[in-house]
Amino acid sequence: MTSQTIAKSETLIESSQKFNPVRLVDQIFYWLTVATALGVGFILLWIAWSLLSIAFPAIVKFNIGFLFSTSWNPVNDAFGALPQIAGTIISAIIALLFAVPLGVGVAVFLSENFLPTKVQTPLGLLVELLAAVPSVVYGMWGIFVFVPFILPFLQGIHRVFGWIPLFSTPPSTRQMFTTAMVLAIMILPTIIAISRDSLLSVAPELRQGAYGLGATRWETLTRVLVPSALSGIIGSVMLALGRALGETMAAAMLIGNANRINISLFAPASTISAMIANQFGEASGLQKSALFYQALILMVMTLIVNMLAEVIVNRFQQVE
Amino acid sequence: MTNPSTRPAAPQATQSEDIVLRTENVSVYYGAFEAVRNVYLDIPKNKVVAFIGPSGCGKSTLLRCYNRLNDLIPSARVTGKIAYQNNDLYDPKVDPVEVRRRIGMVFQRPNPFPKSIYENIAFGARVNGYKGDMDELVERSLRSAALWDETKDKLKQSGLALSGGQQQRLCIARTIAIEPEVILMDEPCSALDPISTLRVEDLMHELKQRFTIIIVTHNMQQASRVADYTGFFNAEAAEGGSRFGYLVEYEKTESVFNAPREKSTQDYVSGRFG
Repeated sequence: MTSQTIAKSETLIESSQKFNPVRLVDQIFYWLTVATALGVGFILLWIAWSLLSIAFPAIVKFNIGFLFSTSWNPVNDAFGALPQIAGTIISAIIALLFAVPLGVGVAVFLSENFLPTKVQTPLGLLVELLAAVPSVVYGMWGIFVFVPFILPFLQGIHRVFGWIPLFSTPPSTRQMFTTAMVLAIMILPTIIAISRDSLLSVAPELRQGAYGLGATRWETLTRVLVPSALSGIIGSVMLALGRALGETMAAAMLIGNANRINISLFAPASTISAMIANQFGEASGLQKSALFYQALILMVMTLIVNMLAEVIVNRFQQVE
Repeated sequence: MTNPSTRPAAPQATQSEDIVLRTENVSVYYGAFEAVRNVYLDIPKNKVVAFIGPSGCGKSTLLRCYNRLNDLIPSARVTGKIAYQNNDLYDPKVDPVEVRRRIGMVFQRPNPFPKSIYENIAFGARVNGYKGDMDELVERSLRSAALWDETKDKLKQSGLALSGGQQQRLCIARTIAIEPEVILMDEPCSALDPISTLRVEDLMHELKQRFTIIIVTHNMQQASRVADYTGFFNAEAAEGGSRFGYLVEYEKTESVFNAPREKSTQDYVSGRFG
């Protein structure tokens, strides 16, 4: 670009039409962003199409009955997904039951000035580091450290509350309950980080307004701050749910991969992602199709969770 | 008042009045920074008292001492004595939550909660353990704040859907609802248009029948319109070069505006300041 000033003799149209390298860069930049944006959409469609087309033979053969069948028999070509669907949902829900109260509690604690900044900042950093731990590390830690540690407690629960169907089997080393607990630890940082940010972004005027009316810290938190940050908190829970549903490595290592449904949480179980991770290597033909059918179900489940998150977050934002 | 650290003569005007809040030799610090120095000032009952002065002279800081809102800032420290009903507000035995239930506050920017109009008013009443008829209280508070006619058909709507002036009157209504004795107003009209400002000022004339009002304002016409007493604050460079605020003079509003004792007051109220 030259540093020449605008020639007075040129009309507006003349100078607009004149070649200008900066204008060209502008054009290239525009088309580049269009291409990348379309590329992302294309990849998503490609994945969805692949899942559908490879799963198609299984969809045709088993139809909707696939969702309700418990068999997984490659010899007879009889496949179903019920144990995996149930295991995926139950493990995610138990994980949420642990992680939501804990996560929101920690978020509240870290967003209030309970602690001096010198302690609070490193503590927040540690929480975010939890999210950086690879899932295979969680799996190994679960197998070799956490499960042996927690098993005696679960045996105690079984002895005392064994009459409740949920705790009716002796705790196995590979089982639903411990898997859900490790999942809870894995999704904790998501809930904490996003909930804390949305609590911190509540206008300080609201906090002062509540204190100014004679509200205690508890009343300010529970009736003003948390409701004001609710869209963010729910969003964090939904994101965490999505992660818990799809989490593969830790589930595959810890849950025991038993293709059956057991009312007892202490028994081995299975999830969709664990099933796929265990079987894709030797699968072919209809078994491969059935695995892709399961993958399709998982994708639809996480899609629904994400859409629900959008809807809920939007609805709460409109109220504000 | 060239040396603000000496005790000024008590304003003649307030001597015969019933005093709600006594401010004796109060200084406020943020860490090592001294925001306000050695303020003596008495607030008479059922009057409107205005604090005026340039930015950074500590009027808002002092205002926030009266309901202990400075407690929320970890580095803030208050010395001296503020007496309310012969109790020191800063006595360790005093719970700041109880202080704020008796001394309410309206803020500079309207800050209704993201709840319905009804719930905005019910909130303060509930946290204060109000057991009476909530519908009646909501109506009474909205009427007192001159907001009832505009909102009676949409009590379930969000308080944030109101205009700025309405929001501020909603904030006044929710403060009235907890029946405080004193209402602190920190530049309550600075975010409002002139019409809304006049409505809030009219409201203050009515409210002082029942409440004592302390208002911080940058608008001198507003002080002269609403206040019975006016305190002029100014800032002065301290030894270290930082500035501290202090009370220059505190008198009946007419005297402050028409016959100020101090030259700096005269300069400020006549617009010849800085």
